[in-house]
Amino acid sequence: MSAVAQQGNGNSPLLRVEHLTMRFGGLVAIDDVSFAAPPAQITAIIGPNGAGKTTVFNCLTGFYKPSVGRLTLNAPHGTFLLEQLDGFRIGQKARVARTFQNIRLFAGMSTLENLIVAQHNKLMRASGYSVGGLFGIGGYRHAERDAIEIARHWLERTGLTAKADWTAGSLPYGDQRRLEIARAMCTEPVLLCLDEPAAGLNARESAELNELLLAIRSEKQIGILLIEHDMSVVMGISDHIVVLDYGRKIADGTPQQIRSDTNVIRAYLGEAEDEPLPPVVAADLSHNA
Amino acid sequence: MTVAVREMPAPVSIATVNAERLKQALAAAVITFLLTSLIVGIQTVSSTGQLDFTTRYKEVFIASGAVFFGSILVSLMREGRPMPALIGGGAVTLIVGAILLLQDSSDAVRALVPFQAPIVNWGALIIPAALFVRAAQLILEARAKAHGRQAASVRVGATTQKAVPWIGIVLIVIAVLLPWLPLGERTEQKKIIDIVTLVLTYIMLGWGLNIVVGLAGLLDLGYVAFYAVGAYCYGMLSTYYGWSFWVCLPLAGAAAATFGVLLGFPVLRLRGDYLAIVTLGFGEMIRIILINWKVVTGGPGGINQIPRASFFGLPIERTVPEGTVSFHQFFGLEYNPNHRVIFLYYLIFICALAVNFVTMRIRRLPLGRAWEALREDETACRALGINPTNTKLTAFAMGAMFAGFAGSFFAARNQFISPESFVFLESAVILAIVVLGGLGSQIGIVLSATVLIGMPELFRELKDYRMLAFGIGMVLIMIWRPGGLMAHREPTIRLHGKGKQPAAAKSAVTAKEAVAAK
Repeated sequence: MSAVAQQGNGNSPLLRVEHLTMRFGGLVAIDDVSFAAPPAQITAIIGPNGAGKTTVFNCLTGFYKPSVGRLTLNAPHGTFLLEQLDGFRIGQKARVARTFQNIRLFAGMSTLENLIVAQHNKLMRASGYSVGGLFGIGGYRHAERDAIEIARHWLERTGLTAKADWTAGSLPYGDQRRLEIARAMCTEPVLLCLDEPAAGLNARESAELNELLLAIRSEKQIGILLIEHDMSVVMGISDHIVVLDYGRKIADGTPQQIRSDTNVIRAYLGEAEDEPLPPVVAADLSHNA
Repeated sequence: MTVAVREMPAPVSIATVNAERLKQALAAAVITFLLTSLIVGIQTVSSTGQLDFTTRYKEVFIASGAVFFGSILVSLMREGRPMPALIGGGAVTLIVGAILLLQDSSDAVRALVPFQAPIVNWGALIIPAALFVRAAQLILEARAKAHGRQAASVRVGATTQKAVPWIGIVLIVIAVLLPWLPLGERTEQKKIIDIVTLVLTYIMLGWGLNIVVGLAGLLDLGYVAFYAVGAYCYGMLSTYYGWSFWVCLPLAGAAAATFGVLLGFPVLRLRGDYLAIVTLGFGEMIRIILINWKVVTGGPGGINQIPRASFFGLPIERTVPEGTVSFHQFFGLEYNPNHRVIFLYYLIFICALAVNFVTMRIRRLPLGRAWEALREDETACRALGINPTNTKLTAFAMGAMFAGFAGSFFAARNQFISPESFVFLESAVILAIVVLGGLGSQIGIVLSATVLIGMPELFRELKDYRMLAFGIGMVLIMIWRPGGLMAHREPTIRLHGKGKQPAAAKSAVTAKEAVAAK
């Protein structure tokens, strides 16, 4: 896996983040972070709480305008500077899709409708911006049937076919997580950004999630950017890991490299104790032992 | 049901519960007494030029007593003993109802009836009757539960849902046939058709606002502004330039839609309460412009003698100028003033049907789905590449356009418009229609417009109590159906088809159970 990652780094990356800095007033949430995400690989961004992972996502998907930095997307259908695109155009033109840490489904609409809404731009063109669709002219019917087929495909992949007509808000938690991924995939993205997709899933469900993500990567050949705390997911499927702490990048490499990185261990587990313990404490400890 | 569960672990003795209940009922009765003693208990009368007052002790005591006993019955019902409420509510309903029906006017009987006006008494009768119905419903539900059946209310809800398309068709058929039904004399017929025309105008306005509030989820408190734009558009173009109704109708719609976009563009980045306040301000702005821009709008006096709508060029008048043929001459009919009323009725009916058709169609198009998605979660919409500004603007423009059509119809029907007709209360009533109908539900709006507009018109005899009844009705609907009359939302598209749904859901559940069992 590591060999592939290295090779990917050598070629032109799908996403290149250069000197990304995000300030909120006096607070520096991200401080000069640079990394690259190769195409058709899974890049994980990890770090302790408050490290700025979600802020990176929000910059990438246009919810924040970065204070400094360049975000280049080198997609097959063109090159985009994401920091210059308006929020919704990143999804529309650059085809970067994302999911959210706290699930954001269209809770009152059905599962299938969620997936059809995701194909909005395509269907909007097919319906002649509603004018043709209103009078039943143009190829809208055909386009809608295609959209349903795409939706059906992703419903099957995520095991939600039986619940296609359920209200999305009434689905169990794990189903909602998978539906959000299915919805993102229905936009036919070139880069999929997943914000803690395994949060709240049990061991079996996160194993299924791993399989799904690996399948998406290999079949659709799209890049996946992953924020995750669940190390079984991160270490199991990532080709490449970026570690953030207090808004800075502290490490970048393959899972094996990250596992043994002293900076990462220090960030997660704290500083190793160098000074000798005070005599009383030492005596107490030895007594107990 | 829940009641039984609540009753079991009750270590508190019956005596304390009863004392508590009595205390609550007494408190409620005292509050009622305080509220009614001055408002109801004392009535000012002018006798020989002087202002004097009479007292109405009986009403106050009946009100306090009714609240006292009613409170006890309701609290018993809440604790799972609906029987006293059933008997009490039923008895009061029966006795008062019987007295009202028999119209006995002896003193002893009159003392039992709370109010002087019979119609108010009938209105007051709703409260014990509602108590009776609710108690009966609880008893039936408990019984159904005991037999392991679905609660009656759930079954009724499901049946109503299935019946919705049929209700729609039946309503349309009735509406088409209405002018030909034997509704009594000519004046009586005119009155009923007039009321239904008014209701239809509000249904159309409700359907228009439903796009903005119900589908796109943008709270618009200034909707009446677009109604005003449509009305003044027709009023001014027809009186100043003599343009015909049929030319002005699309223009009025376009003008209102333009205003919708103009308002929408700067304010659509606002959400929720902030948007509501700005739209409220916009509504008032339009009204104040109409009052003050005298040269153009005629100021507070409004515009008089707006030409009537013609039947495709044939004026529906008794006498017409030389050289033109009137409607009744053309068709060889005798002149009947009801022709015009019926024509206007069909006109608004067709307009409303067209609005409904367009809305139903758009709900199934990507645009309509995007509106609903925007209502559910704007952030997610942006992440999916949906342009929120354009989507909201189309909702605003579409809703405004429908209001513009309704407005120009209003001007053509009344022949007189003034800023008085476009006050905030109108916006509030239209919003109430949409919310009570159940946000997003087309048929719900028909029902709530009938209740909110038709009923007060039919019960004009109630005079001032009309608004009181209106308020009580709204409170009751909000208590029993907090989501509106028709709160259920049917998906715009299905994968499995309607009939197969339960089976699919069931298999999903069993699959889940199987997994859980492992």
